[in-house]
Amino acid sequence: MIEIKNVNKNFGETSILRDVSFVCEEGKTNLIIGGSGSGKTVLMKCIVGLFEIDNGGIYYHGRSFSELNFTERKEIRKEIGMVFQGGALFDSMTVEENLAFPLTMFTDMNKNDKRDRVNFCLSRVNLENVNKKFPSELSGGMKKRVAIARAIVMNPKYLFCDEPNSGLDPQTSIVIDNLIMEITQEYGITTLINTHDMNSVLEHGDKIFFIYKGQLWWEGDKETVLTASNKELRDLVFASKILREFRK
Amino acid sequence: MKALIEKPEKFDVYRRQVVKEMESIGFGSLGIVAIISMFIGAVITIQTSYNLLSPFVPLYAVAVVARDSIIIEFSPTIICLVLAGKVGSSIASELGTMRVTEQIDALEIMGINASGYLVLPKIIAAVIILPFIVVLSMVLGILGGLIGGVASGVISAVEFAHGLQVRFVPFNVTFALTKTVFFAYIITSVPAFHGFYAKGSALEVGKASTRAVVYSSVALLVADYVLTQIFLA
Repeated sequence: MIEIKNVNKNFGETSILRDVSFVCEEGKTNLIIGGSGSGKTVLMKCIVGLFEIDNGGIYYHGRSFSELNFTERKEIRKEIGMVFQGGALFDSMTVEENLAFPLTMFTDMNKNDKRDRVNFCLSRVNLENVNKKFPSELSGGMKKRVAIARAIVMNPKYLFCDEPNSGLDPQTSIVIDNLIMEITQEYGITTLINTHDMNSVLEHGDKIFFIYKGQLWWEGDKETVLTASNKELRDLVFASKILREFRK
Repeated sequence: MKALIEKPEKFDVYRRQVVKEMESIGFGSLGIVAIISMFIGAVITIQTSYNLLSPFVPLYAVAVVARDSIIIEFSPTIICLVLAGKVGSSIASELGTMRVTEQIDALEIMGINASGYLVLPKIIAAVIILPFIVVLSMVLGILGGLIGGVASGVISAVEFAHGLQVRFVPFNVTFALTKTVFFAYIITSVPAFHGFYAKGSALEVGKASTRAVVYSSVALLVADYVLTQIFLA
């Protein structure tokens, strides 16, 4: 369980997050939604410790993450997998090396075990024969899948995805979405996704947090998001003409 | 700085990184170092001969001056300045690109000390390999001086060889190599800092790379002055 309590974050004089509090459902797909510039990426980076919060607290199973130093955070970080918006695969390494890297750093697995684990994770994201390729040789969708494979290679308890659909065509977006949901359910991972893709919201949001101007504006799930009375949320969810027609 | 010297997650991985960086920083620079050393060595010899042209100065003095200029100043300082451009821009742009494409964030999320893993091996590799590069530059510079001097007819090979042995001070080599160790630290740590903390887009990476070369070159020259003052004044 991840608990966010009264989190505030400022950059200089600008307040980005104001008193944000929520609890992510364990073993479920939790979505943070909001328009561009609403603060959702900053919130996710605060939760994983890439940004330090100014006030409040972030708790992983009751362990206060925000109060720990870098070394003390290592133990929690080993339980975290993250899929970045652009994939963030290491350019100088092949796909296989990208996946094997955390195993090399944190386990005593031998070469064969590592290869087996890498191949298992790649097959789990439906990728084959890419082991020796470099990230620059992959398509956008393949990069995202490799990033997901790398994120799950250490059997994480928590999976964070920052806009996993950005830059992908609608079909590939659905493939990536389904993959994340399957992995979440299969391994009982607590997943937190930043998105403004309405397909993800309506299909996969076990829990949805709507961030508006740095504040938690609404909380619900995929069932209630369609009937929410909150104006700002409705403006975001029904921004497209098709969805407005669908609502009517 | 504190993060740099934290205990490595896996010592063996860091050792492999150091070897890889030694190959990249050291062996990758051999070509340019050889060419510059040979030509500058030849030019120093010819210019020294031009400046010392006098019946009261023995001809072998040309080799003495060329030798000392190459050992004390040219090989450690000018070669490191050249490497500040070549290696420095490469380090800053590599780390800057990793920063803006969130690869450094990915390392940190994994629980890896990113500055220790990415920067420390570069510094250690440069501190180990650059003294060898500078010694090679000294040898090639003197060889270039011999070839240039003989080819242009300003000094014979015998006179040059004699001059090389006159009033040779071994401490000059020690001083040059000590300087090189300091310079190696500067030309890796300053660009690494600028690259590691680059923000924004590809444009910012370019700017960070330029800043890295300028700052490391200036820092190197200031260090050169300070070390010369300490050791030779």
